[in-house]
Amino acid sequence: MSVVRIPPVLRANAGGNKQVEVDGVTVGDILSQLVTRYPGLQSQLLTDEGELNRFVNVYLNDQDIRYLQERATPVDARDTLIILPAMAGGAGRES
Amino acid sequence: MTRTYAEILREVRSSIREVTAGEVDSNRETSPQPLLVDVRETSEWDEGYIPGAVHIPRGHLESRIEAAVPDHDHPVVVYCAGGTRSAFATRTLQQMGYTDVVNMSGGFQAWKSHGYRWTTPPRLTAEQKIRYSRHLLIPEVGTEGQARLLDSKALLIGAGGLGSPAALYLAAAGVGTIGIIDFDTVDLSNLQRQIIHTTARIGHKKVDSARAAIEALNPDVTVVAHEEMLDAGNVEQIIAGYDVILDGTDTFETRYILNDAAVAANIPVVHASVFRFEGQLTVFRPYDGPCYRCLYPTPPPPELAPGCSVAGVLGVVPGIMGLLQTNEALKLLLGIGETLAGRLLLFDALDGTFQELRLRRDPACPVCSDAAVEARRAGHPLAVSNVGADQPFLLGSFGGVPAAAASPVTSGAAR
Repeated sequence: MSVVRIPPVLRANAGGNKQVEVDGVTVGDILSQLVTRYPGLQSQLLTDEGELNRFVNVYLNDQDIRYLQERATPVDARDTLIILPAMAGGAGRES
Repeated sequence: MTRTYAEILREVRSSIREVTAGEVDSNRETSPQPLLVDVRETSEWDEGYIPGAVHIPRGHLESRIEAAVPDHDHPVVVYCAGGTRSAFATRTLQQMGYTDVVNMSGGFQAWKSHGYRWTTPPRLTAEQKIRYSRHLLIPEVGTEGQARLLDSKALLIGAGGLGSPAALYLAAAGVGTIGIIDFDTVDLSNLQRQIIHTTARIGHKKVDSARAAIEALNPDVTVVAHEEMLDAGNVEQIIAGYDVILDGTDTFETRYILNDAAVAANIPVVHASVFRFEGQLTVFRPYDGPCYRCLYPTPPPPELAPGCSVAGVLGVVPGIMGLLQTNEALKLLLGIGETLAGRLLLFDALDGTFQELRLRRDPACPVCSDAAVEARRAGHPLAVSNVGADQPFLLGSFGGVPAAAASPVTSGAAR
């Protein structure tokens, strides 16, 4: 089982989990299983065509999957996937 | 048996090689570049020296030379005021096993009289020597580095949670000019983390409150207040002349505008963002590592990116991230260490962990790719999509061709 780290902005859509364990052999495989388990993540991570949204980066351990084999990147059970959407915030101005 | 000074000097001179000031000057660009070692006393050095020389008074030569020149085969040129003390020093270095060491005949006097370039060391006031004494003790900073900080300009986007600790520590470090962009006023709810402000200054403009705190901490610092919102119309004018920008923006619009203008103006941006217990940090150093658009070509829809006022943040998290930003800014200003360009640092306050991810330049980036630079040089910057300025920024277009006059070569720019 590979570990998927859920960023704070998406935790509400992932049962409040900081990380979840998912079984899969490729990045695409793992992301599909993740959105099946947590349907609220679907629109946040993937386009209608099933591609990764451009405002979300996914790292296999410390490498951006766009510079590996994207969704076809093989994943080992000891690997960690890190999902990182663009974050809005500085420390915030009250509005 | 006694030997006179004249005899010893003659013997030393016959055992060393000597070069003229002219030869030293014309060999300065050769590779490997010879290292100049100035063996005069500190009072003489203070009156002027050859740029690039290291200063090791002759009395400390044996004990300090190996730290300055670890490679015994590296070419070394030794000089003093007239060429005599340096002759003895050259002989000593030969005895220590330096294989390519020569004496500059005529010394610094000959150098100066030939009209070659020389400089004087930066000077700090007596008070500055005490105030910055802990910096001066660090070889990587020293008087030269401190003078550099005093001469530096840092721009803070926002005097909020990230900008507060950054402004205080930049000021304490003696960064001579601190610009602050903020159009907000101090609110009671800010004070849980925005430590540059005070309860007594609730309702004051943040730029004024920050200025009061900085001036109370260090009168060496000039505060430049920009009480306005950063937008496509003013960004180039505001950032012009700054050496580093600390980004504490809280909207994507501002971040993209800042990114595009900073890349065009070749100013590094130290970026941080925070959310509840977590923060992230990187350095966008133009053309050395990615820019923000390489990382995120488009912003998320608003509902996916709530700001701090919605999500909350543990007060120390922007404090920690703001200081890590300051650390990067100081390294950039001093030209020391390894910056976080090309690396994203993630901090998790609950786990107490840091993690590092690799970031890459997007070869197709519309702002920082080679093609984008070429297009800007030609006066036709590539169009950027989705968010940011209506028109892309030209390379150094401020004061030159107005960005609005540029016509994008690709279509599809939209807000």
